[in-house]
Amino acid sequence: MKIKRGIPLIDQHDKNGFYGGKFGGNYVAETAIQPIKDLSNLFEKLRRDKKFLKLKDHYFKNYLGGETPFFKLENLTNYLGGAQIWCKDVSAIHGQAHKGYHATVNALICKAAGKKYIVGDTGAGMFGKNLAMAARELKLKCKIFMGTKDIKRQAPNVKFMKDAGAEIIPVDTGSATLVDAVSECMRYYVSNCDTTHLAVGSAIGANVFLKICAYSTAQISKELKTQVIEEFGEIPKMKLVNVIGGGSSAIGFWSEFIDYPKKHVELIGVEAKYCAPLTTNAKLAILHGAAQYCLTDKNGQIKETHSISAGLDYPGVSPLHCFLKDTGRARYCSASDEQALAAFKLVTKLEPSVKPSLEPAHCLHEVIRLAPKLNQDEIIIYNNCGHAYKDQKIIKDRIGYFPS
Amino acid sequence: MMNRIDLAFKKGQIEKRPLLITYTVCGDPNKKKSLEILKSVSEHVDIAELGFPFNCPQADGPDIQNSTYRAIENGINMKQIFELVKNYKRYKNSKPLILMGYYQIIFHYGEKKFVKKCKEVGVDGLIVVDLPWPDNKNFAKLCKKNSICFVQLIAPTTTKKRMKLIIKDSHEMVYQISMISTTGKKLKVSAKEIIRNNKIIKRINPKKNVVVGFGITKKTISSLKECDGLVVGSAICKAISASLKSRQNPVIKLNKMVKFLKNKII
Ligand SMILES: Cc1ncc(COP(=O)(O)O)c(C=O)c1O
Repeated sequence: MKIKRGIPLIDQHDKNGFYGGKFGGNYVAETAIQPIKDLSNLFEKLRRDKKFLKLKDHYFKNYLGGETPFFKLENLTNYLGGAQIWCKDVSAIHGQAHKGYHATVNALICKAAGKKYIVGDTGAGMFGKNLAMAARELKLKCKIFMGTKDIKRQAPNVKFMKDAGAEIIPVDTGSATLVDAVSECMRYYVSNCDTTHLAVGSAIGANVFLKICAYSTAQISKELKTQVIEEFGEIPKMKLVNVIGGGSSAIGFWSEFIDYPKKHVELIGVEAKYCAPLTTNAKLAILHGAAQYCLTDKNGQIKETHSISAGLDYPGVSPLHCFLKDTGRARYCSASDEQALAAFKLVTKLEPSVKPSLEPAHCLHEVIRLAPKLNQDEIIIYNNCGHAYKDQKIIKDRIGYFPS
Repeated sequence: MMNRIDLAFKKGQIEKRPLLITYTVCGDPNKKKSLEILKSVSEHVDIAELGFPFNCPQADGPDIQNSTYRAIENGINMKQIFELVKNYKRYKNSKPLILMGYYQIIFHYGEKKFVKKCKEVGVDGLIVVDLPWPDNKNFAKLCKKNSICFVQLIAPTTTKKRMKLIIKDSHEMVYQISMISTTGKKLKVSAKEIIRNNKIIKRINPKKNVVVGFGITKKTISSLKECDGLVVGSAICKAISASLKSRQNPVIKLNKMVKFLKNKII
């Protein structure tokens, strides 16, 4: 299994949609085959269409707010006394998480397809909120599928979605979390694929869905590459650390750097401890339309997961990350609830300007572990992909306060 | 040699009626009762579809999901399902049996091992909801080699060109999905339209037996009599749920219901 150089990672699949011959594919019901084919043709056309690209850039700049900041975490760096720690603060985007990119692109594609209805899944509520806002912006009718457990624990985002005029469909099956929300949303699509555009919340699902997602979040690394060159005059030796739920933020953070040798640009993904298919050598399984490493029980049923972070509470992972893992291009590790909370505490104390949500707090654990072991000329860049406002209550309950 | 599924359709043709095909989930409401239900309804049905549960299904409506969750909660697994099929097949009134489910369970078990076991216990056919053509080509061949009918699916969204290719690779029975829907939703298209689509499929190869499923209930079944076979799934799973709720014996209730369905199409 090998990554080809000079070809975007998302395009390195075979004619059946498999990366490395075994990850991904299109395991979907016959009813959805033609609508998915139509969507795929449309997407391939749009991404080469100058007018569409201009429109996308217009929305990224004027609606999402343009380039997100890149800065050094001086205090954290000094405190840990090792590598320089830099932050790409994607949470500064309108919508406060990287989900804004694929929510917006999906809404634009829906519009281009001439469809009026858009549906999506959400766990942390970040994709739901961003899709609801993009739908309002583009005058689309929007439904968001969300587990009842997540509706409770991510209440601030539920309010955002409602205020943006989206209908929230509570999902109470199974563990009542993201995995069930995605299943229900995909079922809704099977029933309404003639009128409705499906926006999948991460780089998961049948081939075209993960491609649209990763294509959109790639904006992060396009900006980062320019910012890094501006700052250092070159692409220095660096480590890019990102949290992995489904893997949409990480793939977007890394996509411009895939072709660099591992020794030059190291890619490190951090999973939540009990939702860690890549860290725990989980078996290959078919979930939500794609073959991927996924937590399953001895009978092959998809396992329930547990994480303090709703956005990471998912048993599977993007086929793209399975591909990066098996080719050795990226390495993956995990952090527990407690480790994420401890990292949150330390970082927010030293760096009052960053407020990571519980998802990126997981990868801060790895940053804090790594930095002291490295020299001061080494560079770690961390993707602060979401804002903590949504986790205020959970954090307060667990650590006793929420930093102002 | 004629497959048992083919024989069932021959019988239907002679009797000038569509086949009645029921779908129940293996292990619902429990292992023992699901075998009893299967045996009991066999008095009236022509082919029995038996679901092997998966907890992240992409095309099941709420009724089949309820049955599935009950079965999974009872700890059902493929080993038990194959045992149950073997027991059922020993029963004198048993009918051709089609296992239906999602690819993950087959993939986890191992394709070859799964098909071999199917053959060993007497499974006559397989429906895999999320293994569409052409990705199912090799698996369908493997089934054929083991005298198991791999049932290809055709949906209202399937283009004519694709339909022809699917039919070319199909075995004795083809499954026409009546409408753009998951299972168990109300029929949102007219019987006329379903039959029109059915004729389009039949015209491509009149020898193929084309059954219709999704949205078929006591109310709608008689309007589709012209087809080769009719599958009732959600309505049956719903009846099991209802009988559990009212503490009735689902075996008796289901037998009555299936008899009623049969009378509607003969
Ligand atoms: C801020 C944030 N980061 C990360 C994730 C995890 O998803 P992914 O790995 O697709 O970025 C989520 C999911 O909701 C999120 O809200």
